[in-house]
Amino acid sequence: MGAFADEAARRLKSNPAAVAALSVTCAIIVLTLIGPWISPNDVQTLDWLHIAAPPGRSAHWFGTDRLGRDLFVRTLAGTRVSLAIGLAASVVSLLVGVTYGAIAGYIGGRTDHLMMRLIEILSGLPLIFFVIFLTVIFGRSEYLLFFAIGAVGWLTMARIVRGQTLSIRQKEFIEAAIASGASTGRIILRHVVPNVIGPVIVYATLTVPQIILLESFLSFLGLGIQEPGASLGTLIAEGAAEMEAAPWILLVPGSFLALLLLCLNIFGDGLRDALDVKDG
Amino acid sequence: MIPTLSTHELSIRFSHRAGTIQAVDGVSLKIAPAECVGIVGESGSGKTQVFMAAMGLLAGNAKASGSVRFEGSELLGAEPSMLNRVRGSKITMIFQDPMTSLTPHLKIGTQLAEVMVSHLGMPWGDARASAGRMLDRVQVPEPKRRLNQYPHELSGGMRQRVMIAMSLLCEPSLVIADEPTTALDVTVQEQIIELLRAVRGEFGMALALISHDLAVVAGLADRILVMYAGRVVEDASAQELFRRPRHPYTAELLKCIPSISGPRPLRLPTLAGQPPRPGEMLEACPFTPRCSRAADRCRIERPQLMGAAASQVACHFPLSS
Amino acid sequence: MNTPLLRVRDLCVDFGANPAIRGVNFDLTAGETVGLVGESGSGKSTLARAILRLLQPVRGGVEFLGMDLLRCSGAALRAHRRDLQIVFQDPLASLNPRMTVGEAIGEPLEIFEPGLTAGDRLRQVSAMLERVGLGASMAGRYPHEFSGGQCQRVGIARAMILSPKLLICDEVVSSLDVSIQGQIVNLLLDLQREAAMAVLFISHNLAVVRQLSHRVMVIYLGKLVEIALCDALFATPKHPYTRALLAAVPQLPSVTAPAAPTMPAAPTMPAAPTMPAAPTMLSVPAPPSVPALPAEPIQPARLMASGCAYRDRCPYVLPICETNDPPLIEVGAGHWVACHRSQETLIPLSFAP
Repeated sequence: MGAFADEAARRLKSNPAAVAALSVTCAIIVLTLIGPWISPNDVQTLDWLHIAAPPGRSAHWFGTDRLGRDLFVRTLAGTRVSLAIGLAASVVSLLVGVTYGAIAGYIGGRTDHLMMRLIEILSGLPLIFFVIFLTVIFGRSEYLLFFAIGAVGWLTMARIVRGQTLSIRQKEFIEAAIASGASTGRIILRHVVPNVIGPVIVYATLTVPQIILLESFLSFLGLGIQEPGASLGTLIAEGAAEMEAAPWILLVPGSFLALLLLCLNIFGDGLRDALDVKDG
Repeated sequence: MIPTLSTHELSIRFSHRAGTIQAVDGVSLKIAPAECVGIVGESGSGKTQVFMAAMGLLAGNAKASGSVRFEGSELLGAEPSMLNRVRGSKITMIFQDPMTSLTPHLKIGTQLAEVMVSHLGMPWGDARASAGRMLDRVQVPEPKRRLNQYPHELSGGMRQRVMIAMSLLCEPSLVIADEPTTALDVTVQEQIIELLRAVRGEFGMALALISHDLAVVAGLADRILVMYAGRVVEDASAQELFRRPRHPYTAELLKCIPSISGPRPLRLPTLAGQPPRPGEMLEACPFTPRCSRAADRCRIERPQLMGAAASQVACHFPLSS
Repeated sequence: MNTPLLRVRDLCVDFGANPAIRGVNFDLTAGETVGLVGESGSGKSTLARAILRLLQPVRGGVEFLGMDLLRCSGAALRAHRRDLQIVFQDPLASLNPRMTVGEAIGEPLEIFEPGLTAGDRLRQVSAMLERVGLGASMAGRYPHEFSGGQCQRVGIARAMILSPKLLICDEVVSSLDVSIQGQIVNLLLDLQREAAMAVLFISHNLAVVRQLSHRVMVIYLGKLVEIALCDALFATPKHPYTRALLAAVPQLPSVTAPAAPTMPAAPTMPAAPTMPAAPTMLSVPAPPSVPALPAEPIQPARLMASGCAYRDRCPYVLPICETNDPPLIEVGAGHWVACHRSQETLIPLSFAP
């Protein structure tokens, strides 16, 4: 794997857009982590003196919301939550999706048939109704959000991996592995998975922004993160309510979200280009 | 007498992100009218690229320098309109895998007729009739039925006959056959070689036969060029080449080829090492690492093709006649 | 040699409606090299995969070291795989692009000798690399860094590392340059002699098969049509298809007298008559007197009907060939032919001796 990683890294480095995107993303992540220390303000403090203050005019760099909370710190907190959920859910969908897809693709036959039908059923699920339904039963919480995202996040990954596995399965080195006496498990782990990893990584990096967006959307609808917790989605919801009077309450979190998604997508594209050429 | 095809110091480089690769390095050759020349070489010899340059079929990242002339007119860098007039009518090519060189979704008759319609301005009806007649001449059984079939309905040997027919429709001066029998079974190969022999006799065109298989070439060629690492290392009449190979590579290659008759050696004679990979840095004479006669001069000075018309060799220490 | 290493009995393989292998029977004894010659569509590669149970559906019997390979459990089959190995045609495609060649060669050790330490494995892999002429330092490289011939050596190393009793070579030199073919052929000859291993060498290249084999089998459209000792097959072929094949091989006009020592009768090989020295020829031998036959092999529908599969192309066809599929019968010492006219002296064909 070493040679391919080196070659891919080299190609990635020579792509200025991807490098810039990665840098910005890293900068945002660093900011979310150190933000609370560099700003004098706090997430929860209500500053009655500066209600809905526009940016730049006071110690609040990005302004405050209608409760006087510092937007800068809240936005960073929200970004942190969104990123954490995005990354965690992506990792889970990666693990589940890859395993599911590789097994379905390799074993084939009736097993594959059944496994794919399950995916199709889950794909057909109207997500919003599903989440609302769960909310009614279990009440609102972050864990619910996570569960809902987890239920659908792995589906496309599984499909992709299955497709890749189907094409790998025909290759002669798989036949050679069987002829060498390798067991099915060994073949899937050592021969199939390393050869489908390319598209998987790319899709995984593109999954993160999708999940962030999904989470933001659900939170925007009021189905996920609750007060006083913040995610980009809830912040945007608040901001939308104050859009005419204090646009910055919407613009600050909105810009963060847009920038984050843009950078992750550009990086994902760059990664695909880097891994694409002569991919096994 | 103007040669049908001649190249002078033809060089072709391919640019990749890792650097440039020299595929063909200063090749000068001549094919006389009605002559059959065999071009023999292994992987990396550049034998196909020389003729891709002649047909203007080089890949996008290739740069060709030098000259390639067809009946006196320069082909390298020629206007596309001129190339299109010549390609497919006066110079035609038969490829190794007829499955991929025939359009899969068009009927045989359509593909054949199209050649005559576009090059000779023939009406479709006449073109199809001519196509049927040509299929008959290349011994395709039931030609009328074949005209209405698709390429995948024909066997490999049959498809190759169709390719040969297509190449002959406009009475070309030169047919380039690139490994025409390599993908075929040996019994079919024999028939295609026979067909090429018959066709040469009937149509009298020049034939450039590219192959890695010296035995296939032996049956057809008047003259044989041996290529190695992008250069011509020997250029001799077929008789001379087999009777007295002068380049060490040719001599060794001939010894390497196992035979179905004669005594069986204990071990197959073999050439140590392997043909140079594209892009590999080479000594002045590329065969040096594998040559039993190599000396210092071979590492520094590039050998040029020298000798009498019937037998030229590019070697500082050719095998003596 | 008493009990054969491999017994194949009435092996049949169908691809949907098309019969690819139609009842193949042969034995293979320890230490012998048997060449299997056929053209495209003959089923030779299918036969190899069927023997290894890499294919379904398969009917018939494949007995290896006394065990029925087709009916045994998956675990038993896997256990036997260490003794029955294969090298494939496309050297690069048969190697996992994401594994180093060291890992690829070492994988059979990981599977069958799990008790070995990593150090021991590395030692054995290095030794194998040296043996196939690649050098131990190459272990960390990836397949795409090697040439075709080198990849084929890796494939051979991987197949040989557990010292199998039977090695199947499926067109292993077909994609290689002529100057490299000899290296691989010689390597196989050496390895086989050292390990007293049996080899089933599948190829469409008759000359290479001749170089390697003690016995040769000719397969046509899924059936064996002739089996003979190597020299006998090439000197006196009896089946019309074998004759056509031999006649079709293009010949070099050779004049150089071979200086290499000729193959002596090896202990495992019955004494074979030596060939007369080739007369010095300058001109290419005249085209053989096999009449121009349709190149198309028989349609599958006709194949299913009874009768000899070669009847549409055979210059010696008789009415009986339409109705009766000739069985393989022994016409000489170890020489089997499936032809109704095998007992007659057929008009000899003028191919170069």
